[in-house]
Amino acid sequence: MENVNSKTVTQPQNSPGGNWRNWMRVNVRQYTMILALLLVWSIFTVLTKGIFISTRNLSNLFLQSATVAIVACTMVLVMVAGHIDLSVGSAVGFTGAVVATLITKASWPTLLAVPVTLLLGLVIGLFQGYWVAYVGVPAFIVTLAGMLIMRGGLLGVTGGNTISPNSELFRQFGQGYLPQLFIKVAGFNDFSALIGILAIILYNISALRSRRGRIKHGFAVSSPRRQMLIQVSMSVIIALVFSIMVFYHGIPYAILIVMAMVLIFSFVSQNMTFGRYVYAIGGNKDAARLSGINVKKTNFLIFVLQGLAVAIAGIVYTSRLNAATGGAGTGMELDVIAACIIGGTSTMGGEGTVFGAIIGALVMASLDNGMSLMNLGVVYQYVVKGAVLLIAVAVDVSTRKKQ
Amino acid sequence: MDDFILEMNHITKEFPGVKALNDVSFNVKRGEIHALVGENGAGKSTLMKVLAGVYPFGSYTGAMMFNGAELQFTGTRDSEKAGIAIIFQELALVKQMSIRENIYLGSEFQKNGIIDWDATFVAASKVLHEVHLNRNPLTKIIDLGVGEQQLVEIAKAVSKNASLLILDEPTAALTETETETLMQILRDLRAKGVSCIYISHKISEVAQIADRVTILRDGRTIATDDVKNMSEERMINLMVGREITQRFPRVEHTPGETVLEVRDWTVYDKDLPTRKVIDGVSFNIRKGEILGIAGLMGAGRTELAMSIFGSYGVGRTGELLLNGKKMVANSPSACIEKGVAYLSEDRKRYGFIAMMDLCGNITLASMAKLWKNGVIDGNEEIRRTEQYVGDLSIKTPSVEQKVGNLSGGNQQKVVVGKWLMTHPKVLFLDEPTRGIDVGAKIEIYNIMNQLVEQGVCIVMISSELPEILGISDRILVMHMGRLVGDLSWKEATQEKVMYLATGGK
Ligand SMILES: Nc1ncnc2c1ncn2[C@@H]1O[C@H](COP(=O)(O)OP(=O)(O)OP(=O)(O)O)[C@@H](O)[C@H]1O
Ligand SMILES: [Mg+2]
Repeated sequence: MENVNSKTVTQPQNSPGGNWRNWMRVNVRQYTMILALLLVWSIFTVLTKGIFISTRNLSNLFLQSATVAIVACTMVLVMVAGHIDLSVGSAVGFTGAVVATLITKASWPTLLAVPVTLLLGLVIGLFQGYWVAYVGVPAFIVTLAGMLIMRGGLLGVTGGNTISPNSELFRQFGQGYLPQLFIKVAGFNDFSALIGILAIILYNISALRSRRGRIKHGFAVSSPRRQMLIQVSMSVIIALVFSIMVFYHGIPYAILIVMAMVLIFSFVSQNMTFGRYVYAIGGNKDAARLSGINVKKTNFLIFVLQGLAVAIAGIVYTSRLNAATGGAGTGMELDVIAACIIGGTSTMGGEGTVFGAIIGALVMASLDNGMSLMNLGVVYQYVVKGAVLLIAVAVDVSTRKKQ
Repeated sequence: MDDFILEMNHITKEFPGVKALNDVSFNVKRGEIHALVGENGAGKSTLMKVLAGVYPFGSYTGAMMFNGAELQFTGTRDSEKAGIAIIFQELALVKQMSIRENIYLGSEFQKNGIIDWDATFVAASKVLHEVHLNRNPLTKIIDLGVGEQQLVEIAKAVSKNASLLILDEPTAALTETETETLMQILRDLRAKGVSCIYISHKISEVAQIADRVTILRDGRTIATDDVKNMSEERMINLMVGREITQRFPRVEHTPGETVLEVRDWTVYDKDLPTRKVIDGVSFNIRKGEILGIAGLMGAGRTELAMSIFGSYGVGRTGELLLNGKKMVANSPSACIEKGVAYLSEDRKRYGFIAMMDLCGNITLASMAKLWKNGVIDGNEEIRRTEQYVGDLSIKTPSVEQKVGNLSGGNQQKVVVGKWLMTHPKVLFLDEPTRGIDVGAKIEIYNIMNQLVEQGVCIVMISSELPEILGISDRILVMHMGRLVGDLSWKEATQEKVMYLATGGK
């Protein structure tokens, strides 16, 4: 009996073909998402006669997607746990308006206004988290209320006017690029290039280390050739992404923030107990509770993190536009939720990845960007985005069924 | 020539990494009860899902003939229309709906889309009567015990007037009396000419009710024969592919000091706070013994364990003493931390997380202890999980398989593994061998014996009297929320326990 078993456990190792297929099956979602993104990009490249694919445009596109991407990192947690957050649009607008007001009207220095705004985000998270986790009001209701309350707050703060925080430092969050270090030529940012190279080195080291760890424990690993193939292609992708920015103005600070968020929350969701609890709660709340997971505390923490992310996004958003208005962030919650869902987060909870959500955010931003380049009106933008969301989920549902 | 209602020929069905069915042929005569037996993961449920159209035509290879016509289903609706009704291993009732709504879900009494509730009520009462379930059809499913839910499923199948009825482990959650009722229902149906496929790990039931039996092992048909030509031993040996000598390996234990003392424990119904579900129960759990708790369904055994584990309602009085010290633990996490663990009888609802892989499930209750600084060591996690996969012989292509894709018995083993990993001092096992095959049961008993030798206290709640009598060192009997008996295994007999459990004094 035991013998049969240990054999079945390690069986994929012996059949390279089977293993490859298995690996593809596990990762197929991530590849289809990247492929979908590339498809969208190729279509726009053709339709805009190449303007879309220029480093300038793609750099801008990344920047445009930054706010949605930042919030998507924590929205994934919210949705995996089986909740939803409708308040993020208003909250981004509200925190953005507060930071703008603090800087202009109260003349606070940026270095004080920003931390205070982050604190405000924390409070928003604490507040909503309290109602959801400890009072037991469904997140849909709590955040719907939050959406209204913060929209009101936003209008109160701005008084219906546009506030422009004219601070050079503050503007860096949304508009600034990494400076050049030694080579001062236009169209090449050496600092960003260094970071890109560093990223590739770090990726390869960690991939090799994890492989060595698995070998040490005697687990199945892919063949050296396949491992190399994977590492080389991943390195190429990282290089391409970075070169888009390296050969324009450099990496925007906002994108550095996004990268940090992605790394942190990928780690949290996959390598930390807290992340595991989130998936467990979304998968089966009762079983999670009986396994000793503190469901209330976990839910509370999710919303606190979400509040923080919203404040960060609010700062980046206001800084990029250099303006806080009464309509800021309207409808953004839908973009964020759509990004998560396109990226494979289940609407029922229990499934989803941060990486997927970022790809989803890029898809949404690409649609906006590409259609603007084509001078298509808002009418089309709404219709197309709606259709893409619908199709993405439909494809997802039907591929899942086949498994 | 025999009159076959169903012929399944050369059925092969593969899942990624698993060949669940490998050229299986299987047939059922008209008006017979045909038992399908085999180890966990042998492919029984998969074969039935192929038959019921859950896996549509084209997703398997092979052919099926039903009433002389070739079957090519695209979904379960087709099989229903053809006259095949299936009761799945995992109950599929809508918890928030009433019994009445559930029985007629999908086949409502309606006219122009408007449901005739009165007619539904009358019809539902009638089928409930047929399956001897004495409940108001308006009761919500969530308010029923697992056994009663099973009866509702059967009522649902009966209401469809199917000519072939499939029952996948229908008695796993039933008490003896309920099982007896079910047997009677099946005999009645057979008398009416209905054929039945009956999957069970309880071989004695098979011997009692079935006309013929087919044995599956590792996705292949091993044998088909008349039950009267087969002894229980032979069936078991064919199933597991080796000789099984002792069904209940008894090891003499010497009980030591009291570890957990339950004093005057009273628990109030979570929905009806004036009703006592547990009424002044006191007992000791001693080191180095297996304490069995017997009783009928509704006697309050599960509520007793769950309330001690801090996961049943809020209204409780009495006290718990752990190693002589008062234990204040109002939540599962506090209990786990103190070394008290509880394996639920309802694995789907309280046990595992279907979307999560084996690793995540088995380590779930030990995470706080394993990863003190909150960071999971992925390799270490796999290593630890594989140890339990080996010990419990969980059949899976890899530890990264989602638990929802495992066979029912293997899911149960995953949940058992989860609790073993917490290294409890006091382990409550509520129907631990539910849905587990004969061979694996013995492995679980062996593990229980080992744990007891290591000084763990085990409390086993079970509706299977042979198991209670065969494994426990001491047996508590409960009746209507009260403790009515405390017997050593030497003095306990089936009759004595039943007499106490039914309220005899
Ligand atoms: N959806 C699925 N995806 C992948 N593998 C599956 C799926 N369903 C079943 N299997 C695998 O197919 C095999 C047969 O499973 P099946 O459920 O038919 O077993 P069973 O005989 O009913 O066992 P049990 O007595 O435990 O209920 C098992 O190894 C199981 O892991
Ligand atoms: Mg089964």
